[in-house]
Amino acid sequence: MLKYILLRSLLALAVAFTVSLAAFFLLNVATDPAQAIAGEDATQEVVDMIRARYGLDQPLPVRYFEWLGGVLRGDFGESYYWHKPVAELVAERAGVTITLALAALSVTILIAIPLGALAALNPNSWIDRMALGVAVSAQAVPNFWLGLIMIILFAVMIPIFPVSGDDTWRHFVLPAFVLGASSVPAIMRLTRTGLIEVMGADYIRTARSKGFRGGALLRRHALRNALLPVISVLAVQLGQKFGGSVITESIFAINGLGRLALESILGADIPTVQMLIFVFAIVFVAMNLLADIINAILDPRIRIG
Amino acid sequence: MPLLDVQSLVTEFPGAPGGPGNRAVNEVSFAVERGKVLGLVGESGSGKSVTGFSIMGLVDRPGRVTGGRILFDGQDLASLSGEEMRQLRGRRIAMVFQDPMMTLNPVLTIGTQMTEAITAHEKVSRAESRARARDALGQVGIPSPEERLSAYPHEFSGGMRQRVAIAIALLHNPDLIIADEPTTALDVTIQSQIISEFQRLAETHNTAVIWITHDLAIVSRLADDIAVMYSGRLVETGPVSDVLTDPRHPYTAGLIGSVPSQNTRGTRLRQIPGMTPSLGRLPSGCAFRTRCDRATEACATVPPPETHEGARGFRCIHPVHPELLTQ
Repeated sequence: MLKYILLRSLLALAVAFTVSLAAFFLLNVATDPAQAIAGEDATQEVVDMIRARYGLDQPLPVRYFEWLGGVLRGDFGESYYWHKPVAELVAERAGVTITLALAALSVTILIAIPLGALAALNPNSWIDRMALGVAVSAQAVPNFWLGLIMIILFAVMIPIFPVSGDDTWRHFVLPAFVLGASSVPAIMRLTRTGLIEVMGADYIRTARSKGFRGGALLRRHALRNALLPVISVLAVQLGQKFGGSVITESIFAINGLGRLALESILGADIPTVQMLIFVFAIVFVAMNLLADIINAILDPRIRIG
Repeated sequence: MPLLDVQSLVTEFPGAPGGPGNRAVNEVSFAVERGKVLGLVGESGSGKSVTGFSIMGLVDRPGRVTGGRILFDGQDLASLSGEEMRQLRGRRIAMVFQDPMMTLNPVLTIGTQMTEAITAHEKVSRAESRARARDALGQVGIPSPEERLSAYPHEFSGGMRQRVAIAIALLHNPDLIIADEPTTALDVTIQSQIISEFQRLAETHNTAVIWITHDLAIVSRLADDIAVMYSGRLVETGPVSDVLTDPRHPYTAGLIGSVPSQNTRGTRLRQIPGMTPSLGRLPSGCAFRTRCDRATEACATVPPPETHEGARGFRCIHPVHPELLTQ
């Protein structure tokens, strides 16, 4: 088990660094950082001066390994735009995004799993059809559009939630709903399929024959088995919430990592973009790893193998 | 009064839309006394497992019991509420299912699956339920039962799992056990042990057993009575010794003839031609007539009524017994 986790962790780290390598070269080929720092109207002399000062005149591989060396020491460089260490900048903004991502995941779980379970227990009933309708529409609606509609409905027409910002929990309700809604279709359908399959399994009949029915049967024998695949997908979805926060945070003016990513991309603040890509990659890979570990703990058949 | 009295039981599964339902169990009547073993015999698809599920109230949707009565200890099971039926299942009526590979939950330990069967009906401490589970495992011949409680189903062989399933059924010393081909997956030696265990149980605890099988050899060793099922109907019932030595229904005779024995050594094994018809396409009249060499035009008119002969009964208008023909 320990060996399994260790091996998977190493692999995850390798994936994260590969992503950072690709991101580094793409960013530096696509933009000229010195020009970006100096501004559109700067003279060639100023640009050259900046290039020399930030070490941007070095060849790309040299600069990558310098960056990598810094990362290993916890130094991600200094933001061109905010003029402070990128790591500090990211640390300041991370709390808000983690809150948003977890709140969004809670929204997904609270809507998708009960709805999927109800649909599975009453296949082809009105509730099943309604759940299918919810899934199809949630799948079809883009995040930014849903965000704007929610603002119009629940912040402007019926002003029960603030339009934007991140000061109180009330500020997080609409963005968490919008970000969470995007994962509802996948999780709901997976819960439904899994539970229908499990409810038809022979061991459910065995459990009934032992004297189980209703809620006890569902809790003890059906849900645990049905939710095994759901948990892995949930962990992956949590990783995606961080990436998805770019759009949602921009719509709701939330000062998190997503908005920071957008701002630093627009400002060609390469060290910040570079670190954010690295962080998002790490989070994504870590969530996949977590999913594998949770599955191994819950399913004894994987644990042995 | 028999412990279990099944009267004209009908269990249907929906057929084509708008059409009549398919009767997996069709007007089946039999009774089991305390301490007796009934062998319920038939080919795959004859409805013997569905008969067991009907008694347990565990028929898979969309199938359901649509006719007849099931009296258990004098009580009509159809009149019980869901909760009353739950209290009966596992405690007074237990069932052992066919496929030991699929009938245990893969993500729960054997210990959990056994103790929960106890605590579903009794308020007992963890330690006590564990001790009882351990004893039950020992009773069905599982070595080092204490350790095995912490194991998962996939760490057991098929035979071991089947024994676990039997141990679970025995936990509450039920009044009735329905055993659906419980020894099919087992080695012959273990099969013998399990059969002896059931015989002992029937004697010491006065437990009634319905043993569902296609194996006539087991029935002849274990059962007191036999009920032969074909396409949802009981075609022949009676004491095992009478029915197996002197069958009335051609189907029963065919089953007996297709069992290899000392007497038939060296000769070609007889077999019943054709296969069981599917429920949606049963022939008119006697369902067996298309495979029967005694069938006449009369067999195609109505399903044969039951003829009684002492403790025996059969549904055939051309029974095998020659004296009867001349009567």
